[in-house]
Amino acid sequence: MTPAQFDGLMPIVILMGLAVLMFWGAHFASVLLAPKKPSHLKSTPYECGEMPVGSAWSAFNVRFYVVGLIFIIFDVESVLMFPVASIFQQLNKQGDGVYALEVFLSFITILVVGIAYCWRKGDLDWVKSFQVSLKENNK
Amino acid sequence: MNQTLVSYLSQYEFYDVLLGLFGNNQGLLATVIYFLFAAAIVGLMATIGGLGTYAERKISADIQQRIGPNRVGPYGILQFLADGVKMLTKEDVMPFTADKFLFYLAPMLALVGVLSTLAVLPWSSGFIMADLNVGIFYLIAISSLVGVSVFLGGYASNSKWSMLGGLRGASQIISYEIPVTISILSITLLAGGMGFGTILSHQTGTPINWYVFHNPFSFIAFFVYGIGALAETNRAPFDLPEAESELVSGYHTEYTGMRFGMFALAEYIEVFVVCGVATALFLGGGNLPFNITLDIIPLQLAQVAIFMSKALLLYYVVIWVRWTFPRLRVDQLMTICWKYLTPIAIFNLVGCAIWTVVFNGKSIADLVFGGGH
Repeated sequence: MTPAQFDGLMPIVILMGLAVLMFWGAHFASVLLAPKKPSHLKSTPYECGEMPVGSAWSAFNVRFYVVGLIFIIFDVESVLMFPVASIFQQLNKQGDGVYALEVFLSFITILVVGIAYCWRKGDLDWVKSFQVSLKENNK
Repeated sequence: MNQTLVSYLSQYEFYDVLLGLFGNNQGLLATVIYFLFAAAIVGLMATIGGLGTYAERKISADIQQRIGPNRVGPYGILQFLADGVKMLTKEDVMPFTADKFLFYLAPMLALVGVLSTLAVLPWSSGFIMADLNVGIFYLIAISSLVGVSVFLGGYASNSKWSMLGGLRGASQIISYEIPVTISILSITLLAGGMGFGTILSHQTGTPINWYVFHNPFSFIAFFVYGIGALAETNRAPFDLPEAESELVSGYHTEYTGMRFGMFALAEYIEVFVVCGVATALFLGGGNLPFNITLDIIPLQLAQVAIFMSKALLLYYVVIWVRWTFPRLRVDQLMTICWKYLTPIAIFNLVGCAIWTVVFNGKSIADLVFGGGH
């Protein structure tokens, strides 16, 4: 087996292993060195001295879901654009630059229409209800 | 085939000597070389992360006209070791309501996500652990683990401050990933490849051949990348996930001792990685300002020095920015990302594509000085 046949995955696995080792090493050292005096009050969630009321795992603002959805759309589209961007220079050298540009631009146009739609619908505003009521008041 | 550290070292004579020592077992030797190099890099990164906390406090003190840490060691430079020892000897407290497994997992994920990115970081043309042909893509993908760890840390703590910080962190990190990715896409487009070797081979040590000065669009892309990267690493002015004046300490409110230390270490290393990526993509990486025909180890070390000094200079700028700008509000954060940076990044991408076709891939310097590749 020649060295060139070792592809790049081995260092990644080694680095991940080192990271886990480092974590467990530090954790183990801390278990050995740190004092251990557990008490009920100490292990309550911190709320600035107040006794915590209820769990933190409750319903939260729906804005986070919308951001997540928009992210998924853009992330997938940028992933799809990476291969095209990688061979763009090559296509240009072959003389297919204008064709590649057309395809690339039409793809980006769809992306831009998507973001324009989200923008128009007010999904890019963090405080949507406030923005909408402001517009209605101005009418 | 991807160039790796081992395939680079195998061109030297001492590799054959080493191979003899290992009984011609290529796999074993490769494992040992990778392991030693990885351990050296992780050690270096831990030191840089530690010194980063020291530099941060010292620079902030300088900006605020204080003295800063000055007791431990000369000029207080050993402060980070003292902090490390302090964290080791602190009691490990976990809220009894927490999700124990995820609570343990979160700091480990942060560390794994950050340290794995070091595999593709190009220290020099030869000293790169694995020059994957999907290098930058792999880096974006694996560093998303940090975002997951921020959210997991916030969620698993089952504390309201942590939950808010985690949610903010998750939405901020995924949002700013879009402009960062699209800025990187425009450099991928100019370089014609995702590997760091490919990207660096088209730049030289002289600034006019850096991608930041390649065309006006890549110049803007550099700043879009910089702002987005600041937000992705949760650095001020984008440190909303751990905004200490609103959320106590954000997603790591409930973390104590060494597990908090792991989060902090991961953050400081990630800042360095982000600076290193900016150096490699936009600022010519470790390329020497003259053409080298012979490839010897001292020249490689000179490249490492150039790479490190550029990255550390950017690191200084990151700290400087932190102590200069006030924190943003969460709606301003989203406005900047989605209404400014993302459209600008897409505009840059289109601009780079059109520039490539119109000027046949030449940079401004090529057009002015009549060069070209």
